[in-house]
Amino acid sequence: MVATLQTWWTIFRICIDERLVYRGDFALGTLMRFLPIVTQIFLWTAIFTATDSSTIAGYTRQDFVAYYLLTMLSRAFSSMPGLASGITTQIRSGEIKKFLIQPIDLIGFLLLSRAAHKLVYYAVALGPFALVFFLCRDFFSGWPPPSTLAAYVLSLCMAFALGFFLEICIGMVGFWFLEVGSLLFVYMLFNFFCSGHMFPLDMLPDPWNGVVRMIPLQYLAYFPAAVFLGKIEGEALVHGLLVQAGWVLFFIAFSRVLLRQGLRRYSGFGG
Amino acid sequence: MRHHPPYLRVFLTFARNSLVRDMTFRGNFFINAVASTSWVLMNLGFYLLIFRYSPMIGADTGWGKYEFFVFLSTTLFVNSLVQAFFMPNASEFSELIRTGGLDFALLKPIDTQFLISLQRVEWSSLANFVFAGCLLAFALNHLEYQPTLGVILLYPLYVACGVAVLYSVMIALSATSIWLGRNQSLYDFWFYITNFSRYPMEIYRGTFGTPLRLIFTYLIPILVVVNVPARLLALPLDAARWQLTAFALFATLFSLWGSRWLFQRALGSYRSASS
Repeated sequence: MVATLQTWWTIFRICIDERLVYRGDFALGTLMRFLPIVTQIFLWTAIFTATDSSTIAGYTRQDFVAYYLLTMLSRAFSSMPGLASGITTQIRSGEIKKFLIQPIDLIGFLLLSRAAHKLVYYAVALGPFALVFFLCRDFFSGWPPPSTLAAYVLSLCMAFALGFFLEICIGMVGFWFLEVGSLLFVYMLFNFFCSGHMFPLDMLPDPWNGVVRMIPLQYLAYFPAAVFLGKIEGEALVHGLLVQAGWVLFFIAFSRVLLRQGLRRYSGFGG
Repeated sequence: MRHHPPYLRVFLTFARNSLVRDMTFRGNFFINAVASTSWVLMNLGFYLLIFRYSPMIGADTGWGKYEFFVFLSTTLFVNSLVQAFFMPNASEFSELIRTGGLDFALLKPIDTQFLISLQRVEWSSLANFVFAGCLLAFALNHLEYQPTLGVILLYPLYVACGVAVLYSVMIALSATSIWLGRNQSLYDFWFYITNFSRYPMEIYRGTFGTPLRLIFTYLIPILVVVNVPARLLALPLDAARWQLTAFALFATLFSLWGSRWLFQRALGSYRSASS
């Protein structure tokens, strides 16, 4: 037991060190990622000058900017760059063999490594994020009550888990199709649109609104942001969190099934 | 006497080779074309949503739904041309520097900037060009304002100017990778800068907006890229707009010259990476 914990701790530390190598580039890159927010502020300001009402789909101009900033925070938790493509590359190159021989669980290893990467990311990105949120503080109407804040943190953590296991499942498809590049691109497109990264999902008219709320992608960006802004409260909030937890459990189980079935199909040659 | 290589023939050979390569992987070509068109459709969906709630982008700017569709198709024309002809080459350029492959380009008896800018053509990106044509025809049909024949003839010229300005920004950015050694975030940076050009320039107003608009119009002229040709077709021009339209020609020439100068300077400090 102690030995296992020690192994996992070592893996975790190595992954952290690996990530810290390019910290300067990283911090600058994070700051640049906020540039599109500038155009969004101008765009929504312009849109609101042309309408008579002070809200669009229940959002004020301030809410829109706050929403875009918050989705960037959600995405910092839920997006997993390179995870699925990394798995398929390992399957294709045969590198995945090492997990069959060594007493290390593939999904557990990836989870630790991703958690380490994310922790370093937050440590480095904290500066740029804090700066941008401070500059944009007027777009927020103060901190939400503690209960909302707690629900928000919970939904962010689950967004991380959901993003991770969802992408693991896509990567596992590599056992059946060797190249999943195009599939990943399609997923990315849908994700951008349906997760609420592009606009608050409340703007969608009815048949579409129902559809995007049935699929799990909204929990990756829209849901946490809407919770913070107080758009989802009371019973709807509890229901939303439960459904999000349900999706996380589903993808955990599904990734295990896919791994088991995939390894049965897998054949490795050479050393 | 100096011998000039037949540039047009060389370019046509590049284009043909790229087409042959693309047609070898037809499935991939098809998926790429469909994927980039779906991306555009999603953007179109976003703007359709906006126009459900607001009649115009910015009060009194004139950019109503169909006017903005003209703007959007102009963005698509310019971007698809840049992506088809220059994007794959610019992203390859930093790799050429890192691996020392640029040595071979320098040795060839042809202009280096020409060679590294046009070597590869991404034909699948032109799917959006076709889409933009359809969208433009649809939008023009619904417009109240009827552009004159002269303006219609000027439109392709200004789209070409837009492509040239964006190309200049791109080649200037990739030239910096000679100094920086590696420029992986070029694509990101490119995206963030051109992001400003994707909206009507009238939205940049106020304390921060006005300086931003002036910088991106006169210093780095990316706001003229789409705004000038789109406005020609979609909205009647006043005197101030004609001035901007005339300025766009000057800005194009200046950008091309400036980026060429920067590129040459950068090449001067290139040190081969190979042995």
